[in-house]
Amino acid sequence: MATQQSRSAARLMMAPAVVLLLGWMLVPLIMTLWFSFRTYLPLRGGDQGWTGFDNYVRFVTSSAFWPAVQTTLMIVLGVLIITVALGVLLAMLLDQPMWGQGIVRILVIAPFFVMPTVSALVWKNMFMDPVNGLFAHLWRFFGAEPVSWLSDAAMPSIIMIVSWQWLPFATLILLTAIQSLDSEQLEAAEMDGAPPLKRFAFIILPHLARAITIVILIQTIFLLAIFAEIFVTTGGAFGTRTLSYLIFQRVLESQNIGLGSAGGVYAIILANIVAIFLMRIVGKNLDN
Amino acid sequence: MARAVTPRRKLVNTGLAWAVGLLIFFPILWTILTSFKTEGQAIASPPIFLGFDWTLENYSVVMERSDYGRFLMNSIIIAGGSTILGLIVAVPAAWSMAFVPSQRTKDILLWMLSTKMLPAVGVLYPIYLLFIQLGLLDSRAGLVVVMMLINLPIIVWMLYTYFREIPGEILEAARMDGATLKEEVLYILTPMAIPGIASTMLLNFILAWNEAFWTLNLTAVDAAPLTAFIASYSSPEGLFFAKLSAASTMAIAPILILGWFSQKQLVRGLTFGAVK
Repeated sequence: MATQQSRSAARLMMAPAVVLLLGWMLVPLIMTLWFSFRTYLPLRGGDQGWTGFDNYVRFVTSSAFWPAVQTTLMIVLGVLIITVALGVLLAMLLDQPMWGQGIVRILVIAPFFVMPTVSALVWKNMFMDPVNGLFAHLWRFFGAEPVSWLSDAAMPSIIMIVSWQWLPFATLILLTAIQSLDSEQLEAAEMDGAPPLKRFAFIILPHLARAITIVILIQTIFLLAIFAEIFVTTGGAFGTRTLSYLIFQRVLESQNIGLGSAGGVYAIILANIVAIFLMRIVGKNLDN
Repeated sequence: MARAVTPRRKLVNTGLAWAVGLLIFFPILWTILTSFKTEGQAIASPPIFLGFDWTLENYSVVMERSDYGRFLMNSIIIAGGSTILGLIVAVPAAWSMAFVPSQRTKDILLWMLSTKMLPAVGVLYPIYLLFIQLGLLDSRAGLVVVMMLINLPIIVWMLYTYFREIPGEILEAARMDGATLKEEVLYILTPMAIPGIASTMLLNFILAWNEAFWTLNLTAVDAAPLTAFIASYSSPEGLFFAKLSAASTMAIAPILILGWFSQKQLVRGLTFGAVK
């Protein structure tokens, strides 16, 4: 139906967006690749030439690498498990008839809109501070010794903070999905005598499968890159140095651009593996 | 999925949901409450919930001491500027993809999404270097461009899913009634597209406002937005709970209010239309 003329007009309208994104993707990517094969220390002699795969080998063999990978995976997995499990429960609860549903929804969704630096600082100081934090008061009230959360239990604390930020997102998406469930199907199952657990396992959960997949993929992409939460709480100490934070330290703190760039290439590869799965699902959605 | 239930069941649901909702909201509520206490009351043991002397002193101290106005202005300029710039670039692109689709439209859309997955830390130094070379480090213009590029895929996608819902039949009907192209765009397409464009603006503004990787790494003094303003409290200054709370409240209040209006768009925008 589209004429030749409208086709070329369409191409013209698309051009600025495509060119900008192409530049934004390719220029830094090529630079990162370039640096990753060079010895480049801006403060100690500058660019000292090609070094082959040295940076790649050094990044992987450094003693900080595997702990960082482990930390990254633990944070991603921990937050995913907490947010998806609680998200499903919360979505089912919010879907029930109740008074003041709109207000409850607003309360639940609020943490998502709090900027990461604020939520990290509020949790760090007002809740997890070992002297004046609310948790310390609570612990003392029950006669227990207050915990230095961000040094003695740094990982669980960070996972908790990040889960608090992402639970609203998971809940909202799962709630949207649950609301599209045909209630007649559930009623029929109820009348046929299917107990609640079976109804959950055989009707609700399969219906939510796609939404859960989407939540997992999108959160994974954001969680692989969390930065502010670690930057303002532990600064990467106490076993909370993720892969992105390690790269950040190599680049900006030790000013070893070659090594940091090699790490960056690893991070890009890791993110792309996740991205491919997400694209498949979203792509399928475009077809129908 | 509204079903008829017994009042008893509804009461239980309501109680449970409110309890959970308040628990999740509590850290924010606590921050807001603490911002009205004196420093002494903020760390009182046992903690005081409501029975304290409400004061606005913390707000005036924060305003005075850290030039809150400039940070706020930077946040507004960066989030607002990148949103407007993004729309200027994205509206024509999404429009043509929705109304004149070709075989490659789907590939282009997916490719755009893929640029969003590029981990920021992987390209931090190149961008840093380019910013120094171009004199953009710690400038609002530089951040506006970066925020726009980061969020461009989301803007294009959201607009695309909205535009695709405008039925082509309406256009044909208008054409048959003798509407010119100009009238078609002005009186039919634009009014139908405005809600979608407004939602996209809202979500994009929120995302840019809260972005904390590039804003922390590419700014120092002049262009630093509220994310950096708050991060400066991670030093021992953060131990002044009441002031930290006042600063936090000031940083999140505008976006919290906007955010509550944009819940639905959030689902659509961040799942790229895959969950509706």
